Amino acid sequence: MDATGAPTGSVGLVKAQYFTFARDMPFALESGASLGPVTVAYETYGALNADRSNAILICHALSGGAHAAGFHSAQDEQPGWWDECIGPGKAFDTNRYFVICSNVLGSCYGSTGPSSINPATGSPYALHFPVVTVGDMVRAQIKVIDHLGIDRLLCVAGGSMGGMQVLEWAAHYPARLYAAIPVATTAQHSPMLIAFSEVGRQAIYADPSWQHGDYYTGGRRPDAGLAVARMVGHITYLSEESMHQKFGRKLRNLEQYGYEFQTEFEIESYLKYNGDKFTRRFDANSYLYVTKAMDYFDLSQPTGSLAAAFVNSVDLKYLVISFTSDWLYPSYHSKRLVTALHAVGADVTYLDLQSSWGHDAFLLEVETMTNLLESFLDRIAREAQVALPASVESTTTRLESGFA
Amino acid sequence: MSINPRAVAPPARLRPDLQAIADLVPPQARVLDLGCGDGALLESLLLQKKVRGRGIELSEDGVLACVRRGLSVRQGDLGEGLADYPDDSFDIVILAQTLPFLDDPAYILGEMLRVGRQAIVSFPNWGSWRCRLDLLFTGRMPPAADLPQAWYEAPRRQPFTITDFAHFCVTIGLTIEQELYLAGGTRIQPRTMKNLRATTAVFSLSRTQPRIEAHPA
Repeated sequence: MDATGAPTGSVGLVKAQYFTFARDMPFALESGASLGPVTVAYETYGALNADRSNAILICHALSGGAHAAGFHSAQDEQPGWWDECIGPGKAFDTNRYFVICSNVLGSCYGSTGPSSINPATGSPYALHFPVVTVGDMVRAQIKVIDHLGIDRLLCVAGGSMGGMQVLEWAAHYPARLYAAIPVATTAQHSPMLIAFSEVGRQAIYADPSWQHGDYYTGGRRPDAGLAVARMVGHITYLSEESMHQKFGRKLRNLEQYGYEFQTEFEIESYLKYNGDKFTRRFDANSYLYVTKAMDYFDLSQPTGSLAAAFVNSVDLKYLVISFTSDWLYPSYHSKRLVTALHAVGADVTYLDLQSSWGHDAFLLEVETMTNLLESFLDRIAREAQVALPASVESTTTRLESGFA
Repeated sequence: MSINPRAVAPPARLRPDLQAIADLVPPQARVLDLGCGDGALLESLLLQKKVRGRGIELSEDGVLACVRRGLSVRQGDLGEGLADYPDDSFDIVILAQTLPFLDDPAYILGEMLRVGRQAIVSFPNWGSWRCRLDLLFTGRMPPAADLPQAWYEAPRRQPFTITDFAHFCVTIGLTIEQELYLAGGTRIQPRTMKNLRATTAVFSLSRTQPRIEAHPA
């Protein structure tokens, strides 16, 4: 909370932390390959309470990282990717909860991935990096949670690929969490999602600067391919309605059609800008690995029944959220998940939130999301009898019903 | 069926017709409330009867209100049935003031008694004397006492009376276990002329053996 006691605030300046494991014994991956040592970058906001029961893990989406809230330096223009929901007085209230976000295995924001140095060769792994899965990402997260001395997370939450990690936690490690909040996600990556992943990957492969992944030293990088991949991604994160609202058929800096192959329409300019911007912050090989991990995600395997995946996870509390205009992870994916959870008798709250923002809605519908998350967290904190962290216990201003 | 008549501001005390339902729910029951609105009834059952409560609600505002009360609610349309829920997964399934809005009441009641052992249904009675006099003297279809919408307002509802409902229960093979009556918010205990005196009825129903099969939607 800030000095004025205002309800919302920033976690302020934050620093990435790193945990390295599998130095001696390599980390076994789902594919059968192994990897070591493995570093996971993570950030934490707020304070752990005495019995370490107020921890919430936030899982990021495809292009995200551990930097979910606050600023790395006073010069930063943008805060962390979910800053609107994480902070003092926000949905994930850092006055009450200890919030953790870690970068996934295979990414390029501090955790081990294809751009990391392979200790065996002294140069970047590139395509020698083993293919990882969402299951592997979660097992790497568990190492961090163990390292922090947390037996049971109050909650694991995330949208899109973050939601897949949430479901992986819930299905396979139910003893390690009390509640799960999968948002705008699926328990089974659909053929359409695989198709979009593959278009993005093909754009990267087709870029001659990709050089089969060995582009880290030569100075030539597959920016054109990665930009196209990102442009396809951005199309899928919008909805037709939001494109109409945001761009319409408006021209950029033009009164009339130029009848030439320049960037003419606003929507073209938006995609090009975002594609280019992405190449300055993301690694093309990581894009290949992380999309591949999503494509493999299917909790209904090996039995073919999604309900079977959750038979040991009926004691968790679930908050499932989808968005009406999300055609990338359509609501029926979430409804299918809710059906499976009901079939095993789990405690599920579900809302298909009215929104025109497409898949992006999970980051944009802040007000309704805050309402939902706050109330749900209040309830589970009350049920799990979670105490406030010691640093906050003395301040009486925010002692609310959620805390015994 | 779209909105829920209970999606209104939370009452300080439970509305009399909801209180009548609450009185029929045994402590610690597993309860599913269909069209649970803002969750006032479920919350009261949770606090007073320590039930294990779940709700289904169509409106976003209703779901948000329920989550604010700390309830476990899923957004869903009753017209799609209760396919998600296994047989006998609840003790009590509640349908409060929603029956006149449903396209296929027999289907929903069948579903309620598939997933639950007992159904509690409340509905407004168009057979009450005031409704009858309205029609007789003004020649206009009366609004039900507890559902004040005009006939043309959405969602459309189908007027019926207590006698209609009792016949319907016999037709589809339901046993009426308990019945409570209200007139204008007050509990009444009529021995005779219920259909004339009550404005709202609350029925607790069970399956007449053998179990009826819900006919397909």
